[in-house]
Amino acid sequence: MKPAPFAYAKAKSLDHAIELLGRPDGEARLLAGGQSLMATLNMRLSAPKLLIDLNGVSGLDGIALKNSALEIGALTRHVQAEHSDLVAKHAPLIYLALPHIGHAAIRNRGTLGGSIAFADPAAELPACLLAMAGEIDIAGPTGKRTVQADDFFKGLFETALGPQDVLTAIRIPAATAQTRVGFAEFARRHGDYAMVGLAASARADGKGLTDIRLAYFGVGATPLRAKKAEAALAGGDIDAAVAALAQDLDPSDDVQSTGATKKHLAGVLLRRVAKQLAEPRS
Amino acid sequence: MSAERCNVTLTVNGETVVETVDARTNLVDFLRETLSLTGSHVGCEHGVCGACTVRVDGVVVRGCLMLAAQCDGAKVETIEGVSDLGEIADLQAAFEQRNALQCGFCTPGMLLTAQELLAQGGVPSRDKIREQISGNYCRCTGYQAIIDAIEAVAEARGKK
Repeated sequence: MKPAPFAYAKAKSLDHAIELLGRPDGEARLLAGGQSLMATLNMRLSAPKLLIDLNGVSGLDGIALKNSALEIGALTRHVQAEHSDLVAKHAPLIYLALPHIGHAAIRNRGTLGGSIAFADPAAELPACLLAMAGEIDIAGPTGKRTVQADDFFKGLFETALGPQDVLTAIRIPAATAQTRVGFAEFARRHGDYAMVGLAASARADGKGLTDIRLAYFGVGATPLRAKKAEAALAGGDIDAAVAALAQDLDPSDDVQSTGATKKHLAGVLLRRVAKQLAEPRS
Repeated sequence: MSAERCNVTLTVNGETVVETVDARTNLVDFLRETLSLTGSHVGCEHGVCGACTVRVDGVVVRGCLMLAAQCDGAKVETIEGVSDLGEIADLQAAFEQRNALQCGFCTPGMLLTAQELLAQGGVPSRDKIREQISGNYCRCTGYQAIIDAIEAVAEARGKK
């Protein structure tokens, strides 16, 4: 299908984008990589009156290590992060997840900020950000603020971003020698949205794992922490952790699989990811 | 400042194009309908099938997930231009020799996507080739012949 008519404006700056978002009918959308938004427009799942193109706004891309955290500008494209030594070294979970996102042509356009802001419940990066206890920088009409990943994802395609807010960067605590990460997903075709996926991080304290964060995607309206399974895994009991998923997750049926299948697959993924968490990073 | 009609100036296959487009016109429709470059195909229109693959500023993109209005100032290359330059003549010959196409609907996108991998040099593994073309549907060949053709070209280019 073709999108419903809309107007197009190229934002000249961050402030200009915020100003354009302030139209009284609230029917403006930001366009970054467009790899999710354009598909929804083509299918007429969404019909904004105005698209505000952020491409060309300076200062929104770039990857830098600042105060023991890796800051990734919102307009950074997947392909740039995929080939970034800084991401590989300091954000190993994102490095593991990136090859699973879409296909080569999608990763050439898609942006990290766009993926987080769009908040598709089956997308990889929102779950990674949650698993790494990342932060999101937001600029809006009243100034700038930072929101923790735990507080950012509110509901289906719903985030802490207000109608006039622009996501400007994400920040991830830089990995240390003790950081462990794991990532696995089931998709029917490489690069498709996952039926179920799991992004995880933990800290090795010599004896076992602490600070375990298991973030599932494709099993609810938002990426979800499996906190009972985290506690069981911290005790070193993988069988108990898999059993605890029954309390943590209650996925509904969707076009790809039944909720029962997703629940089963969540356990399979947990066993795989637990093995990755137990291994020192190379 | 914002408009439902947008003026764009871009280069398409090396030629400067100046047009006024509807804001909602995507790149592949613009190429096909305004410029009559029908080598890029329209399949799913939501980024899944890869039939609309073209190059923008040197990298492959989905022609259905980018607006023509966004291409102001961009360098766009389609299968017509890339064919005419001879850049992928060996790849096209290998597709023909190995029967890596039947109906040909996916072929322009498949060729441009494969060329992006081949241009990185070396001989990629078959798994890597599979991953590279994972976003391009082919409903005729079963993919094996396509992977054979891409692998053969990688090996041949390595010997040059």
